[in-house]
Amino acid sequence: MSSEFRTRNPEPGTRNIGVSMAHSYTPGLRVTPRTVVRKRRILPIPGQVLVREGQAVTAGTVIAQTDLPGKVHTVNVVNLLGIVPEEIRRYMLKREGDMVQAAEPIAENRPFIKWLKTRVPAPITGTVESVSEVTGQVFLREPPKPLALSAYLDGHVVETFPGQGASVETVCSLVQGIFGVGGEAVGTIAVAVAGPEEVLTPERIVESHRGTILIGGSLIGRDGFARAKHVGVCAIVVGGIHDLDLKELLGRDLGVAITGTEQVGFTLIITEGFGRIAMARKTFDLLASKAGRRASCSGATQIRAGVIRPEVIIPLGERSAVSGQRSEKEVSKAGGGLKVGDQIRIIREPHFGRICRVSDLPADLRLLPTGSKARVLEAELDDGERIIVPRANVELLEA
Amino acid sequence: MSGPSGEMTAILATDCGSTTTKAILIQKVGGEYRQTFRGEAPTTVEAPFDDVTRGVLNAIQEVEELSGRRILEGEKILTPAEGGRGVDIYVSTSSAGGGLQMMVAGVVMAMTAESAQRCALGAGAIVMDVLASNDGRPAHEKIERIRQLRPDMILLSGGTDSGTISHVVELAEYIRAADPKPRLGGSFKLPVIFAGNKDARNRIQDILGDRTALVMTDNIRPVLERENLAPARHKIHELFLEHVMAQAPGYGVLIGWTGAPIMPTPAAVGLIMEQAARQQGLNLLGVDIGGATTDVFSVVDGQFTRTVSANLGMSYSISNVLTEAGLEKIQRWLALLLPEQDMRDRIKNKMIRPTTIPQTQQDLALEQAVAREALRLALEQHKALAVGLKGVQQERTIADAFEQGEGGKSLIDLYRIDLIIGSGGILSHAPRRVQAMMMMIDAYQPLGLTRLAVDSIFMMPQLGVLSQVNERAATEVFLKDCLIPLGSCLAAEGQAKPGEPCFAYTIRFGDGREEKGSLCFGELLRMELVAGAVADLQAEPSRSFDLGAGKGRAVSLKVEGGVVGLILDARGRPLSLHKDPSERPAQLHAWAKAVDLYPE
Repeated sequence: MSSEFRTRNPEPGTRNIGVSMAHSYTPGLRVTPRTVVRKRRILPIPGQVLVREGQAVTAGTVIAQTDLPGKVHTVNVVNLLGIVPEEIRRYMLKREGDMVQAAEPIAENRPFIKWLKTRVPAPITGTVESVSEVTGQVFLREPPKPLALSAYLDGHVVETFPGQGASVETVCSLVQGIFGVGGEAVGTIAVAVAGPEEVLTPERIVESHRGTILIGGSLIGRDGFARAKHVGVCAIVVGGIHDLDLKELLGRDLGVAITGTEQVGFTLIITEGFGRIAMARKTFDLLASKAGRRASCSGATQIRAGVIRPEVIIPLGERSAVSGQRSEKEVSKAGGGLKVGDQIRIIREPHFGRICRVSDLPADLRLLPTGSKARVLEAELDDGERIIVPRANVELLEA
Repeated sequence: MSGPSGEMTAILATDCGSTTTKAILIQKVGGEYRQTFRGEAPTTVEAPFDDVTRGVLNAIQEVEELSGRRILEGEKILTPAEGGRGVDIYVSTSSAGGGLQMMVAGVVMAMTAESAQRCALGAGAIVMDVLASNDGRPAHEKIERIRQLRPDMILLSGGTDSGTISHVVELAEYIRAADPKPRLGGSFKLPVIFAGNKDARNRIQDILGDRTALVMTDNIRPVLERENLAPARHKIHELFLEHVMAQAPGYGVLIGWTGAPIMPTPAAVGLIMEQAARQQGLNLLGVDIGGATTDVFSVVDGQFTRTVSANLGMSYSISNVLTEAGLEKIQRWLALLLPEQDMRDRIKNKMIRPTTIPQTQQDLALEQAVAREALRLALEQHKALAVGLKGVQQERTIADAFEQGEGGKSLIDLYRIDLIIGSGGILSHAPRRVQAMMMMIDAYQPLGLTRLAVDSIFMMPQLGVLSQVNERAATEVFLKDCLIPLGSCLAAEGQAKPGEPCFAYTIRFGDGREEKGSLCFGELLRMELVAGAVADLQAEPSRSFDLGAGKGRAVSLKVEGGVVGLILDARGRPLSLHKDPSERPAQLHAWAKAVDLYPE
């Protein structure tokens, strides 16, 4: 191709980095002592909203409720009675909309000889939903199940959505993790280790940790999980775990990172990644400073489209003047790029988990030991050593 | 400016992916179409932006900056091209927000349900579940499954025209009882396409008409011996635009900008591959290995098949490759063994931080080992679906993936595959092109002579959608700028003891040079043969080996070069890796050295 065409087609071994991708670092997870979090709480199907705008709520307040339709069961009446579908209504004892009890006959035939009579019992207690004259099937639906949607946070209702739910807002400290398992939980923050490098061993988990959101250090293993479950810990927040222990905890290999519905006895949030990795000092200090405070947390994680990260939300008990989880200023800051002096976390081997400061941001592509060319930064470790890291392999620790 | 005959001179195309929106500019240069500039920006379909057009505009702005050509006026694309500004047409594909997700249903699993599956896959969908009257699940489980999944649409088929209607009506009754909701837009009705027995239409209308956005189209199996997938596939594309795209943030505006309907990304990739195969008379196998999914395409004797392995990928789904392949299968490709715990943690860390890149040789080798297994598993799934209708007349068109139950002959005869095209970051961005070539050779184990290529910057989606409005431009760019020829591989099928002769070869290069040699079983050889060069290759296998003409029979071939060259592969088929794990590293080192796989 002629040289007059400047293209961004990468040479072999280079990453695809354009002007708008120049800041190609992973946006940092949020760790902040004071922010405003707004959660939109919506029922899966329409129902009734029980709160009004401005109302103070606690995490356990039911803000909306609905009835989830019951499961549907089918009964092939024509096969059981040996009739044709067109005739089914003549043999039905129940009509659409009728209530039925389990084992109650819903259809029967009328033979000349009475003892040849066949009755079709209802397999469940519920309602007759439909009778098909084409297939001869009868659909029965179990009674609806009530679903109560809680506020999840201690805060205020800032918006209601008629028939759907409401938004709840709180002024809080916020810690986002990188990965978690298990759903929403509410408890009191407790700290079980003296520092972020320490391992959360079983001995450190004591009876008084029942119902707490327990803060560990760099790692918790399978024995720690067992102890936490035994004690009745509500949630665990640690720097890292080993995948082999996660496999043991879940009883299966986790293939795809969509979590939040696991039932493992507690909610688990890791802040740094897989392996033994000290929790970032800032994260640890913030959580430790909130010991004894009530908090809400969730392990729900989704890495792909619609990213969801696990979180610990510690309400500060104030009313907010500014709404929204992220102000415009914060959003633009998050996309603003790295600067010399920024604190970063390295998120890939060979310095995985290290926290350091950016010391230089060379503009040109650099050759990596793999043979790839990539945009890099220079970082200074605590001991003064300077290392080169691809920009794709760092995370900005937000101030 | 449009050319003298009204030909397009500047074309803008974007692909809105899950994470990145990629824009390319195609211009007419010296009588031919070339891809000249490209730009990319993060996709903005999600919060805090909630508007796909932001990312599209950012990507176009980058093209503007690089090319110096003004394409936008405010937020409007300038058309037509005039005086070095604007473009003649703008087209786009989309897989943002997880692409098109469908559920399909048919009466018999091996017949109409599979036809429905082929139809949805060919239209570019991910098939979330295949429901059939005989799928072994009790009715309440089927209903619960329909209710739990929130597909973008359902394709319901079943029954031949004038055949029985009760089974397909039963499936419709299940769908009604489940009352499923669409994935996007909770208050909208779920689109359902009925493409079954035409005599059942009134019944289906009665059952589903009020609960769903029901659309009727021609039966995909009007008679058992014939498939008719095109009408249903077109309906899927229409509904994709009307219901799925229209409800995704910003797409309402984007649809107004494009000069041709927005296509699902995989459908567009399939289209360009099918056209290239047809124009060059090739049998080809294509793979797009992404972060979350791996798509495999094949065109054999003009018949197109697409499969998607929804949970095989290199970042988001990387951990699932480990789950499906197993630890040993990945370890077998590693010359430097890692302890299980370390390997598992590294793979999980890639899953949770998908945008990171390997910085060490060991990390790179691990990712490429996982890639070999992901490619292998995806091809296995493809082979299972790509089998021909046995003794039955077929009516298929482009983008109709197909498969026909048990007993059908596999279409993927590796001896007959002329070209393998690899796409996706792990292949396109491999630090050395030979690494991409060896990943594909190891995973696919081609037989006889096969050419291999990689997609330079993954512009196949844009070229696919463009081919609908300007086939010439799309094909020219595909061949000149999109594909990077890696070279050719000659591989022998068979087994022997290490050190026994496999095949002898004589190569006559274009400059008259001649090279002769022989390879023993277990050996690998790389020879330079640059892109565009052609050489004559004569090879004579020993009695236990087949190079495509039969065991022990000589072959005489024309081989094409590439940036890697010619690989002569005497490692046997199936590929023979040392059974003793302690011996394997030496074997892998020898192969790596033979092709200059990694830096010393």
